[in-house]
Amino acid sequence: MEQKKIQDRDMQYIIGNLLRYGVWTALSVAAVGGIVYLLRHETERIHYQTFIEHDVNIFQLVANTVKGLVKAEGKAIILLGILLLFLTPILRICFSLIAFFFEKDYLYVGITLLVIAIICCSIFFGFGH
Amino acid sequence: MTVLTFTLIMFLGALCAGFVGSLSGLGGGVVIIPLLTVLLHVDIHYAIGAALVSVIATSSGSAAAYVKEGITNMRLGMFLEIATTAGAVGGALLSAIAPAPFIAILFGFALIFSAINSLRKKEEHHVEVSSDLALKLKLPSTYPTPSGLMAYGTKNVLGGFSMMALAGVLSGLLGIGSGAFKVIAMDNIMKIPFKVSTTTSNFMMGVTATASCVIYLQKGYIEPGICMPVVIGVLLGAMTGAKILVKVNPKKLRIFFAVVIIGLAFNMIYNGIVDNI
Repeated sequence: MEQKKIQDRDMQYIIGNLLRYGVWTALSVAAVGGIVYLLRHETERIHYQTFIEHDVNIFQLVANTVKGLVKAEGKAIILLGILLLFLTPILRICFSLIAFFFEKDYLYVGITLLVIAIICCSIFFGFGH
Repeated sequence: MTVLTFTLIMFLGALCAGFVGSLSGLGGGVVIIPLLTVLLHVDIHYAIGAALVSVIATSSGSAAAYVKEGITNMRLGMFLEIATTAGAVGGALLSAIAPAPFIAILFGFALIFSAINSLRKKEEHHVEVSSDLALKLKLPSTYPTPSGLMAYGTKNVLGGFSMMALAGVLSGLLGIGSGAFKVIAMDNIMKIPFKVSTTTSNFMMGVTATASCVIYLQKGYIEPGICMPVVIGVLLGAMTGAKILVKVNPKKLRIFFAVVIIGLAFNMIYNGIVDNI
């Protein structure tokens, strides 16, 4: 019992830090991207009144982002920041999975896997129809 | 409007939204959507995308502190995330086919509900005996209080789970954290102490929002040019709000902001009905 308590504590500490630094890293990247974007496009006109739906799957999107990053495009750097922001909670779940596994709490290993599966479904449902 | 003007207006608007969201306890995401759609005539899909990205930032940022203090019940959060993520995926898929005026009207009603709920007097629940299912799922836990660790029980697991699924659908459909609905599920239905339910709700928002955001991203809701000023502005505004919240008595402020927010909500509903969204 004593052993388990200590491990829960460690988990809280690591997850707390993960969330904090994840958010700050993501937002710093997005801010840099924002500055680059503004410097290059400040006088352009915006066109956000009408929504243009486009189905791009996430793998394609990551590939496009990498291409844009090579050219140092502002929007690509912002998108990298946003992707890092999405990764923060995902990493948190992956870390919980490992922690529950080490605590031998197999019920929660199963629950965590189920949540991961649902998020994977959202990647699958999000494109191609 | 040029990119520079739009970005500056957005940034200032997001700062205010984060500030008001944090003081009123409703979250910055719900305030930014009316601002974007009603005032700046941005399409509601882009507004939802930007708002939900900012929800991930603010909720993860504030969850970090509570997790470290051991107030957040991580097992409870993890278990209920099954319901919220499944709901969020459904909600995000619905938002792609739902017409914009419908989303605006539903958003208005959710906003009015949350604002009124934020004014309701909170009664502290404390149950000692837990239901069998709660025990099996190891949901009862302890949280730190000034007089040492306090143990609490949990009830109505299935009821809370269903309410969480609804919270997830609303989050994915409307681009909000739907904290008010999450807290109702834990506080009113599962009888979990208020401090634990608010912090655990915050903890769950990041994962729930990410589940819908992945869909939003692939459908093109997430426009970097809008997200950047919104996310940074909302987070800075929320941090400022949190600092002020410690110093002032929030009761009067809450009533004031709730009235402002209900006004915004009626505006959204009106614009949805006359098809101006």
